[in-house]
Amino acid sequence: MLNLTLNGLEISVEKGTTLLEAAKFYGMEIPTLCSDEALSPYGACRLCLVEIGTGNHSRLVSSCTYPAREGLTVRTHTERVVQARKLLLELYLATCPSSKTIQDMASKLGVTKVRFKQKHEECILCGLCVRMCAEQMQGKAIGFVKRGIKRRITAPFAKKSEDCRLCGGCMYICPACQARCQGPQEKSPICNACLNLSAPCLDYFEEAMCYMDPCVACELGTGRKAKAQS
Amino acid sequence: MNVLHSRLKTTQDLEKLREQLRKNREEKSTYLAVCGDTGCAVWGSKTVKNFSQECLEKKGLAGTIGLKFTGCLGLCESGPVVIVFPQEIFYQKVQEDDVEEIIEKTVLKGEVIERLLYNDPVTGEKYIYARDIPFYKKQQRTLLASNWKNDPTSIEDYLALDGYEAFEQALTKMTPREIIAEVKNSLLRGRGGAGFPTGAKWEECYEVHADQKYIICNADEGDPGAFMDRSLLEGNPHSVLEGLIIGGYAIGAREGIVYIRAEYPTAVAKVRLAIAQAEELGLLGENILGSGFNFKVSVSIGAGAFVCGETSALVASVEGRVGEPRQKPPHLAERGYLNKPTVINNVESLANIPYIIRHGAVSYCLTGTEKSKGTKIFSLVGKVLNTGLVEVPLGMTLREIIFEIGGGIKNGKQFKAVQTGGPSGGCLPASLLDSPTDFEELSAAGSMMGSGGMIVMDEETCMVDIARYFLRFLEDESCGRCFSCREGISRMLEMVEDITRGESSPGQLDLLRELAHVVKDSSLCGLGQTAANPVLATIRYFEDEYLAHILEKRCPAGVCRELIQFSINEELCQGCGLCLKKCPGEAIRGEKKQPHAILGDKCTKCGICLETCKYNAVLKS
Ligand SMILES: Cc1cc2nc3c(=O)[nH]c(=O)nc-3n(C[C@H](O)[C@H](O)[C@H](O)COP(=O)(O)O)c2cc1C
Ligand code: FES
Repeated sequence: MLNLTLNGLEISVEKGTTLLEAAKFYGMEIPTLCSDEALSPYGACRLCLVEIGTGNHSRLVSSCTYPAREGLTVRTHTERVVQARKLLLELYLATCPSSKTIQDMASKLGVTKVRFKQKHEECILCGLCVRMCAEQMQGKAIGFVKRGIKRRITAPFAKKSEDCRLCGGCMYICPACQARCQGPQEKSPICNACLNLSAPCLDYFEEAMCYMDPCVACELGTGRKAKAQS
Repeated sequence: MNVLHSRLKTTQDLEKLREQLRKNREEKSTYLAVCGDTGCAVWGSKTVKNFSQECLEKKGLAGTIGLKFTGCLGLCESGPVVIVFPQEIFYQKVQEDDVEEIIEKTVLKGEVIERLLYNDPVTGEKYIYARDIPFYKKQQRTLLASNWKNDPTSIEDYLALDGYEAFEQALTKMTPREIIAEVKNSLLRGRGGAGFPTGAKWEECYEVHADQKYIICNADEGDPGAFMDRSLLEGNPHSVLEGLIIGGYAIGAREGIVYIRAEYPTAVAKVRLAIAQAEELGLLGENILGSGFNFKVSVSIGAGAFVCGETSALVASVEGRVGEPRQKPPHLAERGYLNKPTVINNVESLANIPYIIRHGAVSYCLTGTEKSKGTKIFSLVGKVLNTGLVEVPLGMTLREIIFEIGGGIKNGKQFKAVQTGGPSGGCLPASLLDSPTDFEELSAAGSMMGSGGMIVMDEETCMVDIARYFLRFLEDESCGRCFSCREGISRMLEMVEDITRGESSPGQLDLLRELAHVVKDSSLCGLGQTAANPVLATIRYFEDEYLAHILEKRCPAGVCRELIQFSINEELCQGCGLCLKKCPGEAIRGEKKQPHAILGDKCTKCGICLETCKYNAVLKS
């Protein structure tokens, strides 16, 4: 077991645990866009940043790729971390505003302005689909090509790959296209509206009463009551 | 010279051979060194060399007078350079017609040919001997010294000049621990950029137990304008190879790899030849010099990406995977090439090793500053008079390097800034000219040592434009995996481009700063972590210039096209029509002998009219 300090708490974790796993285990929430428990860590979205070390030697690292080390001091929500996360989210909004996952995360972290020029990318290159295909579906039907700003995800030779079994795993896991946010118009990249739609439904307690009445989600036909009726 | 040697079985064999080679060399102490490096090759040094060969043969002198096609001799600007030994008479801009005269007069009679001497642009004096030329005088050419005396394709030359003596000493008289201690005591710091102590790196790897370890020489050298590593490999490949073998022995590796970028075919060929020669002599292979130590070296060709110079990306590239960096830790000493403990050293770092072993750490430490010891090779380029490779003690001031060795700024212009550390380094202004160049000082100033590129800029350089240039390079060269690096660099570029077009605001400048800090803080590898330097350092020292672009829509250096205007002064214009003829945009109108005018909407601001006008009638504002 390795002993480390997490937000001032003395904790111990097994060798091979990542900082993200450790934080999750101890109930500390870290936003992520490119990580999934079933897939290998990739370290691309940079939202899971945490601050390690102390004093002048402290630095930010992606918690999803950083292995726990003996004696390490880890802080998940310092000012430095939060500011970096917020600016990155602002960049995400400026790049790919149609992702509901990104919009929700932005509202949650209180990102209320976008100061960059607006782009409308379809893909944030988080690589979840590529890993899903290769690691869970043994497919390797898609992969990255080119580097830098020209980097893209595509099938070999830009044709539908023989390896593709149309399983849909890639679409299922994509944070940009699985849940399209319809909110933001071309001119305003932030919508900050839909977080309220999904929260109140108590998915895990079958018998519990919903205290929201009327509930926006049910009105829209996406809530529990609406589902139960159909 | 292709002499066949039999394999050396003991150190005595090596000593015997070395004695023989030294004697041979003394017998041929008169020789011509023709620079064969790329800089001089452009000026036609190969023809000069071939012609010299013919000439010597024709005159029946080939047996007594040597001819060496060497690595970079230094003053690349004045190529082809030829040095006549043993006097070390320095000739510049030598053409094939000069060769016969050099042989007749200088080589045979010791006479000096006035016309070929180097005329120093600063002192205005002519110099006969290389050692007196200001460019060389201030340098301390420890690593580059043998370039003058060495035919890089000849292991005989290298051996005669004490080559592989350090290896022999390390192998027979020192334990790996002692070697590591010596390197640690020398305080040698990696020359590839980060300045990590080489001894500590070796020790870390030595401590790890594994059935196989590797040592890799990093010759990726992707910085635009830098050619130190190429010149070392082409000029003295055995010195790097010797450093690599010593390193391998010290950490307990049995295999070394030289990773060279594909753009350096000559270096690849020279290194391959050097490896073959060392194998033939038994300095590589099984049971080297009867010591029981086995070591082999192979060459791996780079994929041609800047980011492949980063160590974890380099390992991926050597393994045949896409050259993308990964999270460290685990460090390479734990999990490197083929998941085995691995050390990666820069070419120049390794070239320092034989010197340290042969002369000892104490002697090595006599040069340099408190924390940065030894010499450093810089490739001095840009708007200086003397461009080329310079090797100086660490800690020499920028002023000494640029003005005393480099001879100052070209065309009598003013110095504005010097960019050190490659694309992700920073630009330092005139106020920092007197700060010493060592690892700490450069980092504190917001730049870095990097691999040793040094680009000098004059008053006609726009610093915002420079930031744009380096960001463009980095935008292409980022691997693209980290969002912060990929999108961050692209957005910084977008904002800097807006500034160069006068389409920005002070708020955007603050945002640019904020973004730059986040890119630096949150990226995975060294590329992203340093990618903000070109922006941050130029804003730090040249904020006025940014503000002139933003607030006054003016480019003080007159570089940013969107912000400059060309016009013709009617009084000075003679109506000669030259500019009208040359203008590619057909933007100039006017009758012959009448003052001309520039049509603003058609003008592409190429500046050709300004260059063409003999009457100084074209104005740039
Ligand atoms: C983007 C990037 C590019 C690099 N390119 C090179 C290079 O071309 N050559 C080099 O020796 N080191 C390069 N480095 C530094 C290496 O990562 C590494 O620090 C060095 O090779 C270690 O050798 P040293 O300790 O002898 O300097 C680069 C680093 C980064 C982050
Ligand atoms: S979740 Fe760690 S970088 Fe994306």
